Amino acid sequence: MILPALFFYLFAGVCVASAFMVIAAKNPVHSVLFLILAFVNASGLFVLMGAEFLAMILIVVYVGAVAVLFLFVVMMLDVDFAELRQGFLQYLPVGALVGVVFLVELLLVVGTWVIGPGIPRAITAPIPQAITNTEALGRVLYTQYIYYFQAAGLILLVAMIGAIVLTLRHRPNVKRQNISDQVARTRATAIDVVKVRPGQGL
Amino acid sequence: MTPFPSLVPALPEILLALGAMTLLMIGAYREDSTKLVNICAILLLIVAMLIVARLPDATTFGGSFVIDSFARFMKILAYVGSASAILMSLHYQAREGQRAFEFAILIVLSAIGMGMMISAGDLIALYLGLELMSLALYVVAASNRDSTRSTEAGLKYFVLGALSSGMLLYGCSLIYGFTGTVSFAGIAKASAQGGGIGLVFGLVFLFAGLCFKVSAVPFHMWTPDVYEGAPTPITAFFAAAPKVAAIALFVRVAVGAFPGIVPQWQQILVFVAIASMALGAFSAIGQRNIKRLMAYSSIGHMGFALIGLASVSSGGAQGVLGVQGVLIYIAIYLAMTLGTFAVILSMRRADGMVEQISDLSGLARTNPALAFFLALLLFSLAGIPPLAGFFAKYYVFLAAIKAGLYTLAVLGVLASVVGAYYYLLIVKIMYFDEPAKGFEPMPGELKAVLGVAGLFNLLFFVYPAPLLNAATTAAKSLF
Repeated sequence: MILPALFFYLFAGVCVASAFMVIAAKNPVHSVLFLILAFVNASGLFVLMGAEFLAMILIVVYVGAVAVLFLFVVMMLDVDFAELRQGFLQYLPVGALVGVVFLVELLLVVGTWVIGPGIPRAITAPIPQAITNTEALGRVLYTQYIYYFQAAGLILLVAMIGAIVLTLRHRPNVKRQNISDQVARTRATAIDVVKVRPGQGL
Repeated sequence: MTPFPSLVPALPEILLALGAMTLLMIGAYREDSTKLVNICAILLLIVAMLIVARLPDATTFGGSFVIDSFARFMKILAYVGSASAILMSLHYQAREGQRAFEFAILIVLSAIGMGMMISAGDLIALYLGLELMSLALYVVAASNRDSTRSTEAGLKYFVLGALSSGMLLYGCSLIYGFTGTVSFAGIAKASAQGGGIGLVFGLVFLFAGLCFKVSAVPFHMWTPDVYEGAPTPITAFFAAAPKVAAIALFVRVAVGAFPGIVPQWQQILVFVAIASMALGAFSAIGQRNIKRLMAYSSIGHMGFALIGLASVSSGGAQGVLGVQGVLIYIAIYLAMTLGTFAVILSMRRADGMVEQISDLSGLARTNPALAFFLALLLFSLAGIPPLAGFFAKYYVFLAAIKAGLYTLAVLGVLASVVGAYYYLLIVKIMYFDEPAKGFEPMPGELKAVLGVAGLFNLLFFVYPAPLLNAATTAAKSLF
């Protein structure tokens, strides 16, 4: 029992620390790298909870796509974050005050919250032991809710077609690459052998 | 483990979706494939129509997709409207040099959304179908990118449509919050004892979103601008098929999900119907542009159709009568609108399309056949016997009187009298004014649409039984 607890505190601690570093790092590239570290640790937490599919998706989608995109944008744009963050300490008291007010409000709201007696048992679905995460999600997404899933897919298809219809323009005077034309080009169509007689020109 | 749901009830939608994707590939990889794509899209819709007509009653996808007589009736109408819109655009596209093959594909995708709306059995399916239909409509409204008016129409429609979707979703979430279920049957069970104030709030927001889609007052503001700005074949499409689907959804939600709180939604519908009829009648009088006029006319007609729904005071015979009135109204409205737009689409001179009412002056002398058919359709729109439009109004007023809504029926008759003024004004301009320059000859497919629509309106009273029986069967399937 000690080992999972140890790993939990390891992942959670590193996750919180790197999340803090995301906003504290001077260099924006370092920020994004800390963000990736936070994601990897969060996915470690998912593995500990038995949600291995979510853990892998977090790595694939957030680290593989989103964070890399962030990194790309940060490197491309060359934003001077140090300049943007000037006066951060100066406004800290006001910001902290607002934060504390919100915190107190939230505590007051949550403090009066009464949870019905049957609710906690009703909302926690038991984790099925016989099937894997992936299969369970697949059953929900591709069997139980396949209709909604496919309908949402069609809506995205319409959005894509719409974006193309409304923005794509074929300009007449622009040379475009036509690969089949290039491949179909032979010696006979490309070269014209002309016999030039002396003193006459073409 | 839940077994995989049966796909048979959704066969028409699946066919249309696969067909649309195939056509997209054909359009993207073949040069000059606009005509081919258009014709294939029409054939797809016709095949889907034939399949729908033969589908047995069924419910699938955990109750979120329903096929019954009502769904069959409305889907056939929606597919007819969509296919006719593509058919009527063939000549326009060829003449205006529009090479966008995506137009027909977007209409097919929009028809899938309509099918999903008509068959919706819960709030999620309702929303997904509505968005699929609307998103395609926003794009086609703006499809003529070189015209600022078309772009404006698309943008206006999109922004207001997004707003109405937000209201609809807010209503849906309130309803879910207060009943604990998204399925119409579940909501009906939860609201059988009257439901609380929260449910009524949700109902009002949901109805506001639906009113926007059928362009009923006070959510009609977008209609005239969008109808005027969009390219004419697309206006013809807007006026026909999406209205059918939205009305079908309206009926299914009202009757299927809220039979327990009829008095609550009945007063909303009575107000919306009266306001739509009045605005449709009075605002159309000053119009010079025939597309704007048709926009106000469609607002008014939606008001008349909603009279039928407002008359559903209880289940049983009275409910059947009300829904049957709506179904007959919407079927005849579809025929009248498609026919009228076939005429508007043929208003073309050598220098392009014209759309002012004054351009029709003296049409009876330059093109007597066209003038005759347009006059016929306008008489029918005004509701003059023995044309089909009269029977459409007759059945909704009958339902209203049986339900005891006398004020509504009387106001409806008065509004249709006022409305008759501007329809007859056009007839007068065509028959008694000095002839303007004639139009170009009408292309064959428009003649076909106009001929079928005109003859349907003219001869409906001779043999109305098929439509009446189909509407009664469809209405009974909801109760």
